[in-house]
Amino acid sequence: MTRKSRRLTLIAACGAVLAVAVGLILWQMSGSIVFFRSPAEVAAQGVAPGVRFRLGGLVLDGSLKRGPDQTVDFSVTDTKGTIPVHYKGLLPDLFREGQGVVTEGMLDAGGTFRADTVLAKHDESYMPREVADALKAQGRWQEGKDGKPVPKAEGSETSLGKRSER
Amino acid sequence: MIVEVGHFALALALALSVIQMAMPIWAAYSGDEALRETTVPAALGVFACILFAFGALTYAHVMSDFSVKNVVENSHTLKPLIYKFSGVWGNHEGSMLLWVLILSLFGAMVAVAKNSVPPVLRTNTLAVQALITFVFVLFIITTSNPFDRVAPAPLEGNDLNPLLQDFGLAVHPPLLYLGYVGFSITFAFAAAALIDGRIDAVWARAVRPWTLTAWVFLTLGIAMGSYWAYYELGWGGWWFWDPVENASLMPWIAGTALLHSTVVMEKRDALKVWTVLLAVLTFSLSLMGTFIVRSGLLTSVHTFASDPTRGVFILAILVLFIGGSLTLFAWRAPMLRQGGLFAPISREGALVLNNLFLVAACATVLVGTLYPLLLEMLTAQKISVGPPFFNWTFVPLAIPLLLIVPFGQSLAWKRGDLAAAAQRLFAAFAIAFVVAIGTAALTWGGPVMAPVAIGLGAYLIIGSVLEVFSRARGYGNSRARDLSTIGRRAAGLPRSAWGTAIAHAGVGVLVIGIAAQSWAVEGLATLKPGGTLAVGPYVATLDKVGPQTGENYEETAAFLTLRTASGDMVGPVETGKRFYPSRKMSVTESGLKTIGVSQVYASLGEVMPDGSIGLRLYYKPLVLLIWLGAVVMALGGAVSLTDRRIRVGAPAKARAKPPLNAVPAE
Repeated sequence: MTRKSRRLTLIAACGAVLAVAVGLILWQMSGSIVFFRSPAEVAAQGVAPGVRFRLGGLVLDGSLKRGPDQTVDFSVTDTKGTIPVHYKGLLPDLFREGQGVVTEGMLDAGGTFRADTVLAKHDESYMPREVADALKAQGRWQEGKDGKPVPKAEGSETSLGKRSER
Repeated sequence: MIVEVGHFALALALALSVIQMAMPIWAAYSGDEALRETTVPAALGVFACILFAFGALTYAHVMSDFSVKNVVENSHTLKPLIYKFSGVWGNHEGSMLLWVLILSLFGAMVAVAKNSVPPVLRTNTLAVQALITFVFVLFIITTSNPFDRVAPAPLEGNDLNPLLQDFGLAVHPPLLYLGYVGFSITFAFAAAALIDGRIDAVWARAVRPWTLTAWVFLTLGIAMGSYWAYYELGWGGWWFWDPVENASLMPWIAGTALLHSTVVMEKRDALKVWTVLLAVLTFSLSLMGTFIVRSGLLTSVHTFASDPTRGVFILAILVLFIGGSLTLFAWRAPMLRQGGLFAPISREGALVLNNLFLVAACATVLVGTLYPLLLEMLTAQKISVGPPFFNWTFVPLAIPLLLIVPFGQSLAWKRGDLAAAAQRLFAAFAIAFVVAIGTAALTWGGPVMAPVAIGLGAYLIIGSVLEVFSRARGYGNSRARDLSTIGRRAAGLPRSAWGTAIAHAGVGVLVIGIAAQSWAVEGLATLKPGGTLAVGPYVATLDKVGPQTGENYEETAAFLTLRTASGDMVGPVETGKRFYPSRKMSVTESGLKTIGVSQVYASLGEVMPDGSIGLRLYYKPLVLLIWLGAVVMALGGAVSLTDRRIRVGAPAKARAKPPLNAVPAE
């Protein structure tokens, strides 16, 4: 093999592997990324049923209902919009009403969010950054209940802690 | 008092690191050889000072000195002793101190490695290492001082986050940092070579043991972290493609590529510029990982101890080292003498392919990890890139890589014979095929791709065994006829050959473990005492639910008995919810029952007032192979590390062991 053809082989191999990598990335970028939306954004943008996204906000006070076989229903709110959520599985340890939550799943035809993953914070003073930003964008960043301030967006801990997945 | 001395020792380390950095530069200008050697005691001094500072902080933690802010925030008098030790690095400040401790430890080790590293390269490396130490110690002293006092001192501390009160915290961060920070040495070697403008096989031989050491620890650190997350996070996943995991995976992939390209450089004096670039990139990815973990920029399930206000400082460090080293590379690399080109079908050709696939795979992880950040900056859209992305970009690039691994091992240097290699590997193909078909037949109607992946794992393992076997048997006229000759020759093979084979077999074990998770089964139910839940071939019976008390928590525990479907006793499993009053936090403790290398995993949900509980059970076949595979890989690295070849200049013994008594594997 001449020097030139060796070099060409090397370049061709590099080109081929890189092309495959770029192709895979672009293909997946269009298909498998998941957008984060707050309830108000969902209402405004009109997300079609069956599209996978992350829904984040506060768990509405008094909305948590447990059904048979470890199913739960609750509502996620950003105080401007509210969306009912249905989930089957164990909830994270620090899942509470009135506190931040991020769920992943899709809307069904009736407008209920069918979640297959629930992420809740794992520290008293933490709120998922996406939730905090969404609430700020709504101008709803305010003092929380019980005189406790709703935590600052840039909290001291980033641990989302336990994630619960079906 | 001892806390103040610790603080002072840290400041002293900062000053000494300036000396460690300046002396080789000064020596280069003045030509004074003796001056250059003063960098060695300086490096040892930096290590001693930081070790003392770390000891002082540990003392404050163990003694529960609540006049120290760091102890107040992370400790409690009732906290078990082991967590008082591990709690030292269970927070931002203390973990940074551990980081620089390991950094200076590697510096001290290079300083005393007089035999294996040429003098100028050694002192230049120490100077670069000193710059890294200086910047990070400065970072600790100015933004994250663990020795800050509080007055008046409270009577009780806030306790450590209960999720961190686990044996995992005691071993995972030190192992991970030994890996992360170990790559700082290869980085320093690369920068020293660029400054010196000279790079050759001697450089490659000097760097190799350090890369290997860092790689072994990073492998163990990632595996340990994965196992910890698996049993602690309570939902049975072992890898989530979470930004923090990716941050540790990327330097591992780049480090693996580096490990292989240094071999080519050492043996064939080729791929020099590429190897230097990889060394720079590997540590850059480690630094970026530190930044991602600490800044809280990316939402993660694992991050602890982060503080965004310090993000700017870390970002500046990142720009300094990554930007600086790449600039140095762009400036000096063209001056390095290029190595030769070589035939595509050869050991070095296969190693180039290995590097290509690894780097491409690393790039897909990098894109997936940083894309959300980039998109949010540009369009304010918030997205998350989840497992599907990585499964469909990383895995397709990993599979061809795994297919060429046994080939690469059995091809000769310079000019290989593909047909002969394929012939030698025929048994591996055949056995792998039978394994895949057999698995598919046994699990008919189940996942389609998993039996293929099991076959791939078997192919890797058999390929490694065959490699050792055929090398021991020899070729042509010297071909051995009887087993005892083969055994003796196998024992006489270089340790690096054994290490390679063991590490590659470890990859096979890992692949089988991952593939077997396709048959994992999950069960979810609300149970009353006496109720049962079946999962896979096992049935769990809830015996009772009752309270238990630990040193610093109260627990509601569910006691289960596990039986096989036919009623044979397997053993008890216990899972509980622990409430930590000091943090007002509750944490689920999952219960594990290990059966061979498979596990049954129990996780307790809500406990209802009527005494019924929510229970989740998983049956995870062969799950332990995932981590065992990683341990075998690390073992292969460690065996390779004992190879005589990489202990250059060490007094060469005629033969370490008389061949007849030798044991084949170690």
